[in-house]
Amino acid sequence: MTTIFGIPLMVLFGQLLLGLINGAFYALLSLGLAVIFGLLKVINFAHGAQYMLGAFAALLGLEYLGLDYWLALLVVPLVVGALGILIERLLLRRIQHIDHLYGLLLTFGLALIFEGTLVNLFGVSGSSYPVPEVLAGGFNLGFMFLPTYRAWVLVAALVVCLFTWFMIERTRLGAYLRAGTENPKLMQAFGVNVPLLVTLTYGFGVALAAFAGVLAAPIYPVSPTMGSSLLIVVFAVVVIGGMGSILGAILTGLAMGLIEGLTKVFYPEAANTVIFLVMIVVLLLRPAGLFGKEA
Amino acid sequence: MTTTLEQPGAANRASNASEQLKVRDLHAFYGESHILHGVDFEVRKGELVTLLGRNGAGRTTTLRAIMNMVDRRSGSIVIDGRETLNTPPHHIARLGVGYCPEERGIFASLNVEENLLLPPTVRSGGMSLDDIYAMFPNLYERRRSPGMRLSGGEQQMLAMARILRTGADLLLLDEITEGLAPVIVQALGEVLVTLKARGMTVVLVEQNFRFAAPLADRHYVMEHGRIIEEISADVLPERRERLHAVLGV
Repeated sequence: MTTIFGIPLMVLFGQLLLGLINGAFYALLSLGLAVIFGLLKVINFAHGAQYMLGAFAALLGLEYLGLDYWLALLVVPLVVGALGILIERLLLRRIQHIDHLYGLLLTFGLALIFEGTLVNLFGVSGSSYPVPEVLAGGFNLGFMFLPTYRAWVLVAALVVCLFTWFMIERTRLGAYLRAGTENPKLMQAFGVNVPLLVTLTYGFGVALAAFAGVLAAPIYPVSPTMGSSLLIVVFAVVVIGGMGSILGAILTGLAMGLIEGLTKVFYPEAANTVIFLVMIVVLLLRPAGLFGKEA
Repeated sequence: MTTTLEQPGAANRASNASEQLKVRDLHAFYGESHILHGVDFEVRKGELVTLLGRNGAGRTTTLRAIMNMVDRRSGSIVIDGRETLNTPPHHIARLGVGYCPEERGIFASLNVEENLLLPPTVRSGGMSLDDIYAMFPNLYERRRSPGMRLSGGEQQMLAMARILRTGADLLLLDEITEGLAPVIVQALGEVLVTLKARGMTVVLVEQNFRFAAPLADRHYVMEHGRIIEEISADVLPERRERLHAVLGV
């Protein structure tokens, strides 16, 4: 069997693929966080819970409404995104004129409420969501086995990330968003309905988290706590990439997934901490993050 | 201080239908600070009026209060016949108001052309992109440059240019000559003459009196958050000395 540094190639590629999949989720989630932070200046601590709600909504939809996977992929982000819009309109908007730390506390509280409620109803053990039939099985690539669903996750996550990047960097609506991120008061003086833009942006960020949740449902156990453990890593990813950079969030997410995968092969003991080590190094050398603008 | 509150031409101005902007007893606050203490002035269609005064007199706050960008305000602000005291900020522009802030507000993450195209059209009859590039040839050359790479003069040109595209016909311009080279100040003066010829109404907050004097129809002098004097262009020469005393120039 072919080996590199004494590691079988199959194992290496297998871990790289796992890393890339994790990275795709980091990218999707940190992208949503970055978009929300850019305009609202609120660090959305409910992001993990909203991701979890996406997975749960897909699971419950399937069990009780017969909502199939493809429909869930479309409907769940809309529903959870609408919940995000309610949160922004009814709660975040009321505290937007005071210190943004209160927004952080509020979203943290919401995350605890969502998690706690679902733990109470369904327990912490988690259930599994069946892989949709079309995406069952896999390909033998010769050097490794590639499960179809994981390939799909990678493609879907990348397409959504690139679509978001395109919308923000290359369209008129995106120009509003970027300009609103820099100077919302002036945008409003120009006649742009900034409060509406803020609501839609939060809704969109939350919908991205829910989309990631549906994508994740067939691979990770669906449990009320699935978001909180992931979110800590995603925050580290955002810090490494630099707050507010769209492309930075995507690239850093993928890269951190890969680094984590590689660490699992070469020094498994550090796999869970390597991202935080990278974060420390980046904070020491480039406090604004790899893609952030120096303040 | 003693003030001679003469108001030339006051008789034929009472609630005139041609008034594009009428401000009455305007008070404005930032947090607990009371900045404007009852500002009264009006601008007729097609007029160019300046707000003169020292730093801190309340001129910038007056423009920001008109745009509903202060924390709290009271009194009356009638734009084109409509009371706007309870109008949300994003609806003010739609009454045909173009605002050029003192700090210019060029968006660093957008290039020149994106900055130009950013403010939504509020009325028909705005200048086309070609017209604007003809008026500001520098901006055409630099249309792909990011906003943050522009010189101060280019930024000022851009900040002016982007509100001309929207169809706004009441322009609120805050310290547009501040810190700019004489040749650019002169170019801006020519732009203002052109805009006036096009029938635009302009409120100009200005420190540079020599720049403003030949352009304006009337001057309002502000101090301590109030208008203390109105001077029309025809009596300016005889008032110049007193004005210099007030402005401290």
